[in-house]
Amino acid sequence: MYPRCSHVQRLVERPEFLSLTNMQEDTMTLSQDEIFAKVQEALVDALGVDDDEATRDATLVGDLGAESIDFLDIVFKLEKAFDIQIPREELSPEDILTNSQYVQDGVVTSDGMAELKTRMPWADLAKFEENPRVQDFGNLLTVGDLCSYVDSKVNP
Amino acid sequence: MRWFWVDRFTEFVSGSHASGIKNVALDEEVIDNYCLGFPMLPPTLIIEGLAQVGGVLVHEVFGFQKRVVLAKVGKVRYHAPAMAGDQLIYHTKLENVSDRGATVIGTSHCGDVLQTESELMFAFMEDGYLVDGPLFNRGDLLAMLRLMQFFNVAVTADGHPVPIYDNL
Repeated sequence: MYPRCSHVQRLVERPEFLSLTNMQEDTMTLSQDEIFAKVQEALVDALGVDDDEATRDATLVGDLGAESIDFLDIVFKLEKAFDIQIPREELSPEDILTNSQYVQDGVVTSDGMAELKTRMPWADLAKFEENPRVQDFGNLLTVGDLCSYVDSKVNP
Repeated sequence: MRWFWVDRFTEFVSGSHASGIKNVALDEEVIDNYCLGFPMLPPTLIIEGLAQVGGVLVHEVFGFQKRVVLAKVGKVRYHAPAMAGDQLIYHTKLENVSDRGATVIGTSHCGDVLQTESELMFAFMEDGYLVDGPLFNRGDLLAMLRLMQFFNVAVTADGHPVPIYDNL
């Protein structure tokens, strides 16, 4: 045990600090704003974009210019920031999009959409579902979707 | 073309960290060609050296079976030029590793002075992507590791010598 510095002692005895630590022990939940802030920081670092570009509505590929290799970087940064594990198939349902059972003529079938919704309940698939071409899937995810995904992991 | 940007491994603990040294010498053409009258090691080659140390660190985790490539250079800060006559100490630490890639934190010191900080990301090329088969001819990587005295210092997490893997 290290001796505790006096200023640290004073800090931890302050009511707001005690309430913060108690809250973390009781719930360990993160607010939507806290999640967004950390996701935004990860994206700014990984993609070299500005804070004001990484809005909730921004698409990762189309608006923020993410390339395939960036997704690995983003996954690592999110895993570290939130102390979570992100299995490959949860963010990249390639097995569904390449399965002939779920895709016909480059379009996701109704069974495939159902599978995607089951796999990615945190994603807003409504717009994609209007014309579910596999080639458009890559530009589907938004910053908001990513926040919802993280929320599902940290606040189950 | 020679592409060795670290001279010697000085420490290697499997799955954890690795260190090496790089002597900056005027007999390398790049040192005096990069900035005429100011003989320095180009900063990008410091990144390359850190990537070679860190890349071996990542590679060894998987018994040198994966096709490891430097995929992305994250934040980098250069605090001072590396001049001819300097000896750089490279330290790399494995930060994240998965079946898709890994991240490494790399630093370069000249004496006690922090010279470069970097975040490196490595990816594993899937079979059939760009080229088939291993990225090294059989024996080439082993020869490089021996030149860099890797096996003199490399130990497993529990302190045993790192084996010479069959596939090298």
